[in-house]
Amino acid sequence: MYDFLVERPTSISQAVAALRDDDTQVIAGGQTLIPTMKNRLAGASKLVSVTKVKEMLVFVAEDGVLRIGASTQHDRVAQLQDSGEFPALGYLAANIGDPAVRNRGTIGGSLANNDPAACYPAAVLASNATIVTDSRSIAADDFFIGMFDTDLREDELIVEVRFPIPQRAAYVKFEQPASRFALVGVFVAQNAGRVRVAVTGASDGGVFRWHQAEEALSADFNPASVADLQVSAEGMIADIHGSARYRAHLVQTLTSRAVAAAS
Amino acid sequence: MVEINMTVNGQQRSGSVEGRTLLSDFLRDQLKLTGTHVGCDTSQCGACVIHADGVAVKACAIFAWEADGAEITTIEGMAEADGSMSPIQQAFQDYHGLQCGFCTPGMVMSAAALLKENPDPTEAEIRDYLEGNICRCTGYHNIVKAIQAAAAA
Repeated sequence: MYDFLVERPTSISQAVAALRDDDTQVIAGGQTLIPTMKNRLAGASKLVSVTKVKEMLVFVAEDGVLRIGASTQHDRVAQLQDSGEFPALGYLAANIGDPAVRNRGTIGGSLANNDPAACYPAAVLASNATIVTDSRSIAADDFFIGMFDTDLREDELIVEVRFPIPQRAAYVKFEQPASRFALVGVFVAQNAGRVRVAVTGASDGGVFRWHQAEEALSADFNPASVADLQVSAEGMIADIHGSARYRAHLVQTLTSRAVAAAS
Repeated sequence: MVEINMTVNGQQRSGSVEGRTLLSDFLRDQLKLTGTHVGCDTSQCGACVIHADGVAVKACAIFAWEADGAEITTIEGMAEADGSMSPIQQAFQDYHGLQCGFCTPGMVMSAAALLKENPDPTEAEIRDYLEGNICRCTGYHNIVKAIQAAAAA
């Protein structure tokens, strides 16, 4: 790994100021960034660590919205499993990586990276969450641009994520057993009668909404509603772990299972 | 260079590190605590698991300066004050929870983190918790038995 300078801001304004220099990279939990830097697939002249920024550690539910600071670690979100507020999100967080990864990795880091097989993007998109940065709020539908690509500017920092707490939700992940990333993962959320279905791990374009299933499930929230729907294999990821057709089939199967789990 | 201070196994330690110095390298090369093993270059094997402020982390997936001010426990800090083995370490010996021993420091540290948050885990919970610790010798059975015995001790 090439060497770099280090900045450890304690406020959002300090962090944003530090990010204005050229060739600067935010580091949160580092559970993707550090291994990637070891392989020299990523690097920067300066790293700005945001794990000590207190404003980015907010964790509160108010008026039906769950606010999670960007530097919140997966292990903290996993505690939602038992709280009753948003157990599907807790379940998702509790099944990312392994315990040591969950003690370091953060929600903001996962979203900014937008790995096409990461779990959090599916929860954010299905819940119609809002990504709050140092300068604006970005709707989930506008945030995820493509594989490893988001609407964030180079010097922009995710500060928190605001999840409208759904009436019903579930996440089902078909795990790639070596990496524990999603071969395919489906997050289903129902809020104010409308259902959103977000799929990770499957598409070359990263996380996406399955609109056809959303319409069927908004009319009738039942696994049978998606039983006859087909997903095209076009644009699906194909690799040693599964063909495009296999992934397309998993999207339908896992959506059905997620609806059953949320019912 | 970054000046850092941390508590390691109860002792104040300080040092001067490059930005890129991993905590595993700081522990092994500067503090000569070579019990923390590095088994891969991909942060997947778990041999380097230590405790930072009471929770398990991979020492190879955290920079040394990120642990500035932290309380670190490594495998060297697991023995009792008189030098005898802790119940988890003793159980690994009693139940042959190791063959080559390379993964053992990480296994013991993960086991200690598990038993701290869940003192009476089921076999399934033990296996689930160890998903980030790879052993190429034992097939895990004796490791799981050792942790069950340590939980009962």
